[in-house]
Amino acid sequence: MFFCMTKRALLFLLGLLIAVNIIGCKEKPAETITTVSESNSHEPAYGDALIVGSIGEPSNLIYMLASDSASHDIAGLMFNGLVKYHTDLSVIGDLAESWDISSDGLVITFRLRKGVKWADGVPFTADDVKFGFDTIVNEKTPTAYKEDFLQVKKAEVVDKHTFRATYEKPFAPALTSWSGIVVLPKHLLEGKDITKSEFGRNPVGLGPYKLKRWTSGQELILDSYKEYFEGRPYIDRYVYRLIPDLATMFLELKAGSIDMMGLTPIQYTKQTNTDFFKNNFQKFRYPVFAYTYMGFNLKHPFFQDKRVRQAIAYAIDKSEIIDVVLFGLGSPATGPYVPNTWPYNPNVKKYEYNPEKAKELLNEAGWEDTDADGLLDKDGIPFRFTIFTNMGNTLRKNAATIIQWRLAKVGIKVEIRALEWSTFINEFIDKKRFEAVILGWSIGLDPDQYDIWHSSKTKQKEFNFISYGNPEVDELLEKGRRTFNIEERKKAYFRIQEILAEELPYLFLYVPDATPVVSARFKGIKPAPIGITYNLPKWYAPQKMQKHKVEQ
Amino acid sequence: MTGYLIKRLFEMIPTLAGITLISFFIIHLAPGKPTDILTELNPKITPEARERLEKMYNLDKPVIVQYGLWLKRIVKLDFGESFSTDRRPVMQKIWDQKQSLLDRRLFITLMINLITFAIILAISIPIGVSSATHQNSLYDKLMTTTVFIGFAMPSFWFALLLMMFFGVYLGWLPISGLKSLNYDALPLLGKIWDRVSHLILPVFISAFGGLAGDSRFMRSSMLEVIRQDYVTVARAKGLPEKKVIYKHALRNALLPLITLIGLSVPGMIGGSVILESIFGIPGMGQLFFMSVMTRDYPMVMCILTIGGFLTLIGNLLADIGYMLADPRIRAKQ
Amino acid sequence: MKEHSLNDVFWRRFRKNRLAAAGGVVVVLMFFVAVFAPLISPYKPDDIDRKHVLEAPSVRHPLGTDDLGRDVLSRMILGSRISLSVGFVSVGIATLIGIFLGAISGYYGRWVDSIIMRFIDIMLTIPTFFLILAVIAFIDPNIWSSSAIPGWIRESLKIILIDPNIMNIMIVIGLTSWMGVARLVRAEVLSLKEREFVLAARALGTGDMNIIFRHIMINSMAPVFVSAVLGIAGAVLVESALSFLGIGVQPPAPSWGNILTLGKDNIEIAWWLSVFPGLAILITVLSYNLVGEGLRDALDPRLWDMEI
Repeated sequence: MFFCMTKRALLFLLGLLIAVNIIGCKEKPAETITTVSESNSHEPAYGDALIVGSIGEPSNLIYMLASDSASHDIAGLMFNGLVKYHTDLSVIGDLAESWDISSDGLVITFRLRKGVKWADGVPFTADDVKFGFDTIVNEKTPTAYKEDFLQVKKAEVVDKHTFRATYEKPFAPALTSWSGIVVLPKHLLEGKDITKSEFGRNPVGLGPYKLKRWTSGQELILDSYKEYFEGRPYIDRYVYRLIPDLATMFLELKAGSIDMMGLTPIQYTKQTNTDFFKNNFQKFRYPVFAYTYMGFNLKHPFFQDKRVRQAIAYAIDKSEIIDVVLFGLGSPATGPYVPNTWPYNPNVKKYEYNPEKAKELLNEAGWEDTDADGLLDKDGIPFRFTIFTNMGNTLRKNAATIIQWRLAKVGIKVEIRALEWSTFINEFIDKKRFEAVILGWSIGLDPDQYDIWHSSKTKQKEFNFISYGNPEVDELLEKGRRTFNIEERKKAYFRIQEILAEELPYLFLYVPDATPVVSARFKGIKPAPIGITYNLPKWYAPQKMQKHKVEQ
Repeated sequence: MTGYLIKRLFEMIPTLAGITLISFFIIHLAPGKPTDILTELNPKITPEARERLEKMYNLDKPVIVQYGLWLKRIVKLDFGESFSTDRRPVMQKIWDQKQSLLDRRLFITLMINLITFAIILAISIPIGVSSATHQNSLYDKLMTTTVFIGFAMPSFWFALLLMMFFGVYLGWLPISGLKSLNYDALPLLGKIWDRVSHLILPVFISAFGGLAGDSRFMRSSMLEVIRQDYVTVARAKGLPEKKVIYKHALRNALLPLITLIGLSVPGMIGGSVILESIFGIPGMGQLFFMSVMTRDYPMVMCILTIGGFLTLIGNLLADIGYMLADPRIRAKQ
Repeated sequence: MKEHSLNDVFWRRFRKNRLAAAGGVVVVLMFFVAVFAPLISPYKPDDIDRKHVLEAPSVRHPLGTDDLGRDVLSRMILGSRISLSVGFVSVGIATLIGIFLGAISGYYGRWVDSIIMRFIDIMLTIPTFFLILAVIAFIDPNIWSSSAIPGWIRESLKIILIDPNIMNIMIVIGLTSWMGVARLVRAEVLSLKEREFVLAARALGTGDMNIIFRHIMINSMAPVFVSAVLGIAGAVLVESALSFLGIGVQPPAPSWGNILTLGKDNIEIAWWLSVFPGLAILITVLSYNLVGEGLRDALDPRLWDMEI
């Protein structure tokens, strides 16, 4: 995701992240960079093209309608939110110049920037914000991102450059939710069915880049938008090249035909330490705001017993998964927050690798190998289940393979099934036709995770697809989002983590590091807790180093 | 001759119907209804809306009726809309009129296959003939092994080796894709070379893999012809060996190859899935794989039908070629 | 006896073809490796070892280790079983279907023949790799170990050493590759059915099925056998192509195809992951082809006069 903006871009996506998708974020960036060339010793200059490799093709460039990272990468270049995160994780204005929050926190009044124009020359106004808002909350709009906006009781256009949102109840993530991309050009879309509109393939935005050409299966070419309200981007052209095979993509990188991609852990640790690489590329490494987990379908009879879930946790060695799958480029996850952020609770129950304990717990829960076939059984049913994950993500497949091997040692037979993303979500997750899944959540900077853990969010298409329900958690979630007091929120979220660590509806696996690589000719990259691409319009290639001549 | 052609054209119809029937059956193998994917995209879809959709795809009717209705639409080349989030008409995705001919998926796949095909024939016929005339010689054995290695080498692996060597190490050829970034700025000749250079590796890989079939067939066909009476007679008459082989024998040995060519079309179209995936070529094979994995049923149906249709055309052309080449059939007409 | 001498001629001709004979040795060797896989592999093929990830070949691991630290030699050995069983079973299925349809088509003729021949034409027209992809993508690969399948089938799969994960692949390759056999058998049946021994059997009141399968088939097995040998090579390649696309044999089961795919992804840092499975596929497919060709030549009476 581009500017790390969707507050709770609840995408399970990390999957596709291997492509480029730099979900930046978090602590001590300066130390985590391995190779940073003596950046800013060159004068910024306009020109050149940045060619980014991606395995996936965008499906729809209307941000709210898409749920794949490729679409969000591109839509993020063409649209902005009202606010965004600063490098120090504070909230600053984007399309909004400033804002007021009423003393009870219920009313936010945004004053929008003046002089911002859509790429077709029409001025951007509060009507566009209202139109986008109306679209996202419209029940006919198929989007996964409406929940935050449904909290808004009233949205109104005060004047051309003032927009006001009024909430029914205090809603802690209210301000940051407007970092999501909602604005849409009213003058182009009013009265049209946006799901059918050509706009999704050929949108008009107001962000730093505008679409020049989209050749299906080959590439998307974006040219810089010279009237961009924060100033013309230095790099004239952004090319999103589609290369479905990762090994091929890496060869293209080495041959210099692409400038930027996300490296796999193996590529990062083993294939990019040559002099050739150090001279021609800059590598980055930073933890992402995301974690990977194995979720249990709690409706399934095997997993209703807490002891079984705990036993599985004891039977698996997380550090082994991080060592082997991530080559150490990540840290163990203990709950739904990432280390070194304020809601993260470091003191929760941890499950050290202990297969004996795992067997004990399983026996206690009634699972024993009565027929001596090496497989545990209970009431004549053998302990056998399938872990589903999305296709094309070697990391998850490998994690699943390690789990499969470890569980076999305690007498549980695991099958692995990798499915294409949309099939996986539509046919298996949404219909709850699964036993266990390995997926990842990309989490926002606000700790509100109502959608994932609240017992009311278990319907089809909602995010609590494992059917978790705990009245105490429900209450704490409600409490956490209804107060602006950070200490109180912290208390609520700390407690939630304790409960989740005890009950283990998910087996939290790891927090991966993002490892993007960019051609050395691009300067001005300033890694920050929110990643590297947040200031892409300020990247540049010094005059002498420019490689591509761009005629727009 | 015209009469024969018309008869052949009519014979294609039931075959084509059969192909669509099998495709239709495959789609119905998948669990759930084909519209599930579509309706699931929208959590708020009402039961009425779902029903309407099902009506639209005639899912409320018996399968055979559905098939009939679907057939009726495709006769008008209306394959419906893709189920993927872009919702574009299926035909538009395969044959996008907004893009230049050279960038349309169907064209890309066809072009690569035709070029490959021509190269295979150009190489395998001489190999086959010379192997036959030098039967069991060292040359014959060497050729046998070479063409079989081409067949036996997993193409995706070989492709990557060549990409590393020619693309990264030597830097002579582009690694993947169809054209370079600066394509638009190139002069005409540059454009042509750019396209050609992108095709060299994929076509080479595909042709190398396909040599075995045709050259071995040619070899055995030639061996058989050489032993026929008329060849012996020609030799006995004292005609030079070269003339015997290339004038009399080759002509007759080529005839069965023409039929084989017609039959090899589906294999080549199928093989384009792998080739296009590894080289990042946006052709029909790549699209088919994507559609299958995302269960984009209208797309899958459409490509299966087109694939079958192309084979039929290939067979028809082979028949015509056979007729033109074989004086006996010509005489019969 | 006449048959005896025919056999002699056949073997002499086959052995004389050095390439085919060499291929035959490889085929037999591979077969034994596959059957005795667990006995000869030095490690358990699924054992993950975090301390030895992606190690180059050494004394401990003669063919190196893969990205999870598993021993490549052991995985190659077990992989031979999986890759070859894909070949054997799918060809077995194709051959059975082909023989059955070809035989009844040739024997009964008329409308039976025209329906079956039309069906064959259709199947030959569809790009079968497309069909294979569609079926494999749509159907759950784990179905063969689920309770949807009767227990005795699951048990017998275990006995004949077949990983239930690959059943779908085998079946669908089998279902899409029988047409050649059917045509061959039909042609043979057509030429044999008017011969004396068939007419005699019919006169004695032997049933149709009995005549087809007891009398005619035995006499037309040779070309079918050749095409089966060639078919095994093709199926091994199809499996590796499916693995490349990520829908082949599922983990943790190793096949040459999925080890090679792993090798492709790590080609620059772990040559052993692509060279060994690549060679295994190459040599095996080559051998099966050479054997098939050798058999065809050896069995073809039209070529006999030249050498005897």
